[in-house]
Amino acid sequence: MRFYEYEARKIVELAGIPVTKYGFCQTADEAREVAEEIDGPVVIKSQVLSGGRMKAGGVQFADTPDEAADHAATILDLEINGLMPRGVLVDPKAEVKREYYVSVVWDGTAKKPLMLFSYMGGIDIEEVAEEHPDYVGRAHISNLLPVFDFEAKQVIAATGVTGSQLNRATPILARLARLFLKYDMTLAEINPLAELNDGSFVALDAHMDMEEEAIGRQKQLLRKELKIAEDDTRDNYEPSDFERNVKAIDGADHRGVIQGKDHGFKGDLGLVIGAGGGSLTLTDAVRNQGGRPANYSEIGGNPSVAKACGLAKEVLQKDGVEKIAVMMSIVSNTRVDIVARGVIKACLELGLDPAETIAIFRIPGAWEDEGFEILDKYGVEYCDRSVSLWDAAGRAVAKIQGEAA
Amino acid sequence: MSVLLNRDTTFIVQGITGREAINLTRECLDYGSKIVGGVTPGRKGREVHGVPVFDTVAQAVENHGGPIDGSVVTVPPGFTKDAVLEAIENGIKLIVIVTERIPRGDVAQMVELADLRGARIIGPNCLGLIVPEVCKMGGIGGPAKDAAKSYEPGVIGVMSRSGGMTTEISSSLTAAGLGVSTAISIGGDAIIGSTYAELMPYFEADEQTEAIVIYTEPGGRMEAQLSEWVQENNSRLPIVAFMAGKFMDEDEMQGMSFGHAGTIVEGKEDSATEKIARLQAAGITVVERIDEIPDAVKEKIAK
Repeated sequence: MRFYEYEARKIVELAGIPVTKYGFCQTADEAREVAEEIDGPVVIKSQVLSGGRMKAGGVQFADTPDEAADHAATILDLEINGLMPRGVLVDPKAEVKREYYVSVVWDGTAKKPLMLFSYMGGIDIEEVAEEHPDYVGRAHISNLLPVFDFEAKQVIAATGVTGSQLNRATPILARLARLFLKYDMTLAEINPLAELNDGSFVALDAHMDMEEEAIGRQKQLLRKELKIAEDDTRDNYEPSDFERNVKAIDGADHRGVIQGKDHGFKGDLGLVIGAGGGSLTLTDAVRNQGGRPANYSEIGGNPSVAKACGLAKEVLQKDGVEKIAVMMSIVSNTRVDIVARGVIKACLELGLDPAETIAIFRIPGAWEDEGFEILDKYGVEYCDRSVSLWDAAGRAVAKIQGEAA
Repeated sequence: MSVLLNRDTTFIVQGITGREAINLTRECLDYGSKIVGGVTPGRKGREVHGVPVFDTVAQAVENHGGPIDGSVVTVPPGFTKDAVLEAIENGIKLIVIVTERIPRGDVAQMVELADLRGARIIGPNCLGLIVPEVCKMGGIGGPAKDAAKSYEPGVIGVMSRSGGMTTEISSSLTAAGLGVSTAISIGGDAIIGSTYAELMPYFEADEQTEAIVIYTEPGGRMEAQLSEWVQENNSRLPIVAFMAGKFMDEDEMQGMSFGHAGTIVEGKEDSATEKIARLQAAGITVVERIDEIPDAVKEKIAK
């Protein structure tokens, strides 16, 4: 789950890391009030879940409260990379002596969080790491032991930073690492971490990303501290009706798991396929043989007739879908006969002939004989494990193309 | 010979009274696996298919009268970490985590403790492992008679990020007369207990194994790690890989996750195209079609 900058700053603040006296505003008037309170030059920053704010004009400077209100009005209406801002952040324009970079990310290979520090802040850290690896300090932290300050100190000192800068930055990196673990973050980054003219350090911008799987146990932070609504899921894109409906069907019944996605798919062949790896393999197999999938889907576990029927219906009712292919890798606990029953029910209820509508049915595994019996009855073409996933997909593509020709 | 399991391997099932766990226990017992106990807190004294249920792992070990080799953990995500730590601290050395949707901070904690204690974790979000006609630990292959259909003893080691595809691929190897030495469903999450590269030494030491087949997906650095391992260790084992999810390389799929939690393209290194290039650079054959695997393996072994 991604956080807006104003939320990320709040998280940083909760962890005891100094921030400027910023204000989050949703109207130009609010921005004026905050600027009046700050009583000096300010920065107005678009609060949008997208990079490239500066380039898009989403960051503006103002010397007076009126100017701040004007800029806020403009930025509040400014779409950035297809997204409208949730508000603006009004921040005192800091007198920065030097910008640093601090972050904590997962290192999947080491299976441990990695602390990063650089005194080349404010710019693209990946570039710095590539061109000047010695400018970047790094060290893993333990998942079992608490994070000790000396670990952060070592990372910073390795880049040559010393003196009061070292002593001021050390607790900031250590606290960032602790909050990363405490709040199940996948990314916790302060860039830039600014050293002001008076020698103090403040977080001028922060990026946080929380693991989806942990949202359930982070309610205290999400709902109480940040006041983020339950339905504010922040998907990368707006879910389609198809996606919403499949999710609702899945949620209505605990047996089995179905998923459906159609973002980026526009074809005529509906896919009722599964599960995880099988769906990836089959989607590729359809595309690579010239087929045009209308959607991606997954069937996992042991869904009920209603669930299999619900998924098939949603796929069948998608715009442009002419036929569906029902395919899975060899299943261990999915009842093939129940899936077959569900898919045929979907066809019949929509007034479609299963033999015409189902291009191919391949779900080998336990209960396949019972399943094949049902399919025989309705004249649906099916195959067992002797026909590979590739060939099954190929047959479906040939059928839909044969019809079109 | 085999990898990680043998005829005498004993294991428990944590969360044994759950619906899926009851099925899994039945399947493994039917296959001939030695399940010596089950754990569900508060259910001590019950039996599941004749397997005694205990409140704690320590009770199961005591009842067994000696160390237990393994545990299959199938408890809800919020309880998994505790269950796994309990298994490790009671001397269990091989832990299969079936549960999915566990936050990676928890997984990383379990893995770090396992490393300290000399234990190995397979999963999470996996179906376990199987040595054909010897032992099945987890739901892999399904009911015993279905597992027997897909898995015949042979010379190919299989590792897969997808549980279902482990069986699909093994079935094609069995049908081609190659058979399977050991098949491991390693799990589909971003952080897992055992990666391809971490399991390679076991296959390397297994005389029965003559080649490896891996099923891979976009996301993560696991394939890059395997490529490095192969190059650094001068492995005797030829590897054939299949990469699913090439459609995820499309621009509009960036940042989206399909199938498994670990399957998400966030950077260039994560993409299918990039991974295929890396694997090939390490001398690993990457087949375009899933049904090309058996022939590609035969060709590699013949060399």
